Amino acid sequence: MMLLLGVVFALSLTALLFFLRLYFVVKSGSNQLPGARGHVAVLVVAGSGGHTTEIMRLMESLSAAYTPRHYVIADTDKMSEDKIVAFESSEPQSHSNLQFTINRIPRSREVHQSWSSSVVSTLNALRYSLPLLFRLRPDMVLCNGPGTCVPLCIAGLLLGILGMKKVHIVYVESICRVQTLSLTGRILYLLSDYFFVQWCSLRDKYPKAIFLGRLV
Amino acid sequence: MKTVFVTVGTTRFDELIESVTSSEVAQVLKARGYERLVLQVGNGSFVPDAASCAHLSVQAYRFKESIAEDMRQADLVISHAGAGSCLEALGAGRPLLVVVNDKLMDNHQLELARQLHMDHHLLYCTCSTLTETLKNMDLSVLQPFPPGRPEHFANFLDKALGVK
Repeated sequence: MMLLLGVVFALSLTALLFFLRLYFVVKSGSNQLPGARGHVAVLVVAGSGGHTTEIMRLMESLSAAYTPRHYVIADTDKMSEDKIVAFESSEPQSHSNLQFTINRIPRSREVHQSWSSSVVSTLNALRYSLPLLFRLRPDMVLCNGPGTCVPLCIAGLLLGILGMKKVHIVYVESICRVQTLSLTGRILYLLSDYFFVQWCSLRDKYPKAIFLGRLV
Repeated sequence: MKTVFVTVGTTRFDELIESVTSSEVAQVLKARGYERLVLQVGNGSFVPDAASCAHLSVQAYRFKESIAEDMRQADLVISHAGAGSCLEALGAGRPLLVVVNDKLMDNHQLELARQLHMDHHLLYCTCSTLTETLKNMDLSVLQPFPPGRPEHFANFLDKALGVK
């Protein structure tokens, strides 16, 4: 009985500490900004179709300081890799000799997949996301909607919780979203450091959201 | 040759393809000076043949690697409400008429088309009002659609992350 109580107490204490730490990691920025070192390692989560088109427009706007660029795509996605390679090879000389990588992970949520099976496949994707984040240790995760980005952002948060690296999570809601956030957007609204929307009607509903006009 | 380009993206929208090739609509298009109809019919079951309109030259296909060239050559684009198709047509600076599939349940794709209609970037109708809309439309009321400003995003991030 005492042993059981002890285990329960230890588990609740661990959980409490975990959530306290999560709270402070989500709340606070880091003391040292990554840009001060001169370069920012970016993990870019490409979705499919329109999502990839939008995120590549954002990537085009970033300066050469954002390097290296690690792209993550779902393993069922064939189109995105072509778009990424086309973009990276079209960059001017100053960019092109900087490295980029393409990493594949299982898709966490196909369109029309049920909620419960989404949870299972998201957990499954976390198994791949954690080692990837621990290996690449990006300064920033940039994503805009594909379900794949949820486990990756959670993995990024874990890096911060464990005190290994502050990963800035940047989310840009798709231009398609005028009145309502996507499911991924609603989750990332809670977890991201910078949450962008592209219509003022969303900024009015979500006060934490950053609205700088249409971005793509 | 004044051309209308009809696109349904990766969806199927037989009702639109049937309406736009009906003799009623073809007559209206002819009366407005359009002579050629190019249709991208996607996964629909109806692929009109070249002789399906008495008044217009008709070309139909399911998919192409890129529809950019057909967009560019069009004097009017008639599209389903998909965000990708709408943005591509507006990005190409073409006058755009979006035909909403009212048989589909309301989905988030409609949000964008509706907003762009309210901002006067496109015209908006359903299959049952297509003939009327084409007859009475005034393309001069359409406002150009300025490109987005990704540099605002880049400047914000530079400051936030301390990039000089």
